[in-house]
Amino acid sequence: MFDTLSDRFDGIFRKLRGKGRLSEADVDAVAREIRLALLEADVHVSVVKRFVNELKERAVGEEVTQSLAPGQQVIKIVHDELVAILGGATGKLRGGSASPTVVMLAGLQGSGKTTVAAKLARHLERDGKRVLLVAADLQRPAAVEQLRVLGERAGVPVFSEPTDPVAVARAGVDEARRLGRNVVVLDTAGRIQIDADLMDELARMRDAVKPDDALLVLDAMTGQEAVNVAESFAATLPLTGVVLTKLDGDARGGAALSIKEVTGLPIVFAGTGEKLDAFEPFHPDRMASRILGMGDVLTLIEKAEEAFDVDQAARTEEKMRKGQFTLEDFLDQMRQMKKLGPIQNVIGMLPGMPKELRNAEIDEGELGRVEAIICSMTPDERRDTNLINGSRRARIAAGSGTTTTQVNAVLKQFKGVQQMMKQLTKGGKGRKGRMQIPGMPNL
Amino acid sequence: MKRASDRSERPRLRDRMSRSRSGFSGFRGRLRARGRLDDEAWDELEETLLLADVGMPTATMLLDQVKARAAADRVGDAEALPALLESEIANVLHAGTDRSLRRASSGPSAWVVVGVNGVGKTTTIAKLAAREVDDGHRVLLAAADTFRAAAADQLVHWADRLGMEIVRAQEGADPGAVAFDALEAAVSRGVDVVLVDTAGRLHTKTNLMEELKKVLRIVERTPGALQEVLLVLDATTGQNGLAQARDFTEAVGVTGVVLTKLDGTAKGGIVLAIEAELGVPVKLVGLGESVEDLVIFDPIEFAAALVGANEDAD
Repeated sequence: MFDTLSDRFDGIFRKLRGKGRLSEADVDAVAREIRLALLEADVHVSVVKRFVNELKERAVGEEVTQSLAPGQQVIKIVHDELVAILGGATGKLRGGSASPTVVMLAGLQGSGKTTVAAKLARHLERDGKRVLLVAADLQRPAAVEQLRVLGERAGVPVFSEPTDPVAVARAGVDEARRLGRNVVVLDTAGRIQIDADLMDELARMRDAVKPDDALLVLDAMTGQEAVNVAESFAATLPLTGVVLTKLDGDARGGAALSIKEVTGLPIVFAGTGEKLDAFEPFHPDRMASRILGMGDVLTLIEKAEEAFDVDQAARTEEKMRKGQFTLEDFLDQMRQMKKLGPIQNVIGMLPGMPKELRNAEIDEGELGRVEAIICSMTPDERRDTNLINGSRRARIAAGSGTTTTQVNAVLKQFKGVQQMMKQLTKGGKGRKGRMQIPGMPNL
Repeated sequence: MKRASDRSERPRLRDRMSRSRSGFSGFRGRLRARGRLDDEAWDELEETLLLADVGMPTATMLLDQVKARAAADRVGDAEALPALLESEIANVLHAGTDRSLRRASSGPSAWVVVGVNGVGKTTTIAKLAAREVDDGHRVLLAAADTFRAAAADQLVHWADRLGMEIVRAQEGADPGAVAFDALEAAVSRGVDVVLVDTAGRLHTKTNLMEELKKVLRIVERTPGALQEVLLVLDATTGQNGLAQARDFTEAVGVTGVVLTKLDGTAKGGIVLAIEAELGVPVKLVGLGESVEDLVIFDPIEFAAALVGANEDAD
């Protein structure tokens, strides 16, 4: 997410490091490069202008010129500005007091409304809400069918009827009341903001259901137009926030940086993948850190807490201490790791990761192979790898569709892990001091 | 989708891009007010190009060319800038290039449609198919988007409506198999054009790009069939469009760009960067909801629509 912008900043800051003093020419050069980086990231021209002016003003002022480490000072200014622009608290829905509360989604064609509807419904159900999805996109062929399929996948009921969008919206809310559902997520047809008829239809839907939350769904790859789109939709709907989609590509986040600044609308959620669980609340401060290459450890911890089974972790720990860590535990751990999502995403959240590693293609298939190899062993073999002789190796390789060399590699890797655990549990107390994570600011 | 009765009623780029001109019309007004061609006029020009999503490298290049022209022609009047810009944009877009879709000399022509999620691939296919049917060609649709829920249903809807043949499979089926069946059916039934719809995929997802390569390899097995790999690009896309074009071209050899949703709002300036930096031609533009709204891209008209140098005289 936003890697390109963060790479650019990294390059700019690197040049600043170690500089004793910054001349006005230095500041100008930095300002030019930051301007370019932001424009390439599709940040709105007006926001870029303000950003660069602010940076120049503060950088030639005494806070930088008097500083002994002016480079650091510039980074701090950029960070402050980014946080100010992304601004505000972690995204969440406003909700309402009456049940059902209504969340209405709107946006251009192809921004991802239908997928977001299903993802949001799933997210809310996990929070203990009882959601009804209402499909009011009667425009695009098979849009209702698409939501039905996704709803089924998310385990959320879907309502629609072949009348007209305003009637569907109204009937959907009634249906939610009848079924005792406490949140309605209303999917609407994609429309372009200059289509007066369709915008009027949106206004009539708004009057029919009085949404507690009206969210604009916006493709993160949108260019300079993002701001116009947000402003136009806000003029029709009382927009309460924005959902940014397709953030799992190499979108550079210009839309994210511009919308809050220009329209004041918070970014509430972010869609980060094709699966239904690739959806998260938006944290502006964490995003700023990420753009500046400082990682996003908080999100990683939260994901870990969600993915890991506490009891199982305790059992594994116990086993490790007793030196009884087996291939079965190894497999369990690996599977839990997988629940964190693609390794690429995890690396992106770690601070100080070099660009090469962040951009490296990681072969997720390798994990699958290891899994297949372990699954092709008998329970006895998994508990005691010493049993695995030549002919067993050949059998395991055949069973998992790999080669004996690959089986050997896994066994060797596992032995290494076992060895490491023994050392940790025996003599681990000698070494003191915190683990230093490079690139992490001292807190 | 509405259908106009006559092909001559095709909309014109300029009428539909009215909104995108507004940035430039403000710019033209300011230039008139300024009168002199000074640094600020050039800054205005740069900013206007950036607002149209042209991107910094291409904007700088255009700016340099317009500056050179202005110097050579001894232009001192800011008001003359838009006309210069228009002709330089048309230059960058290689006005005069043949942008028609290629056809096989014998046997079916396969046009494979690719792109990221939500750019309008399926709708583009429906419009393209309708054009072909209108022109008396026999068309077969291949619903190789087996990933998105109900994507094939969307295409079946169009096939029914326009009376076309379609090859589809279960959701989650191998898209390569769909392409194979479609090509086989096309050859045996004597179809003229096979339109292959593929699932939207972000250009950064290596495994999905591999899947796409496989679909292309399968189409190529029918000698001479593969004629076009069309990248569909949403006109509201910013600088990321360049990355999309680059990655898709690298993976599957894009032969042309279809710029969609250019109706009224977006600027589509990113296609300047794509043609200038990658040399991939824009072949078609989508200007609206109806079938007739898919038209062959005309660089001169696009430049005029974008800048509108002659608008003020209207």
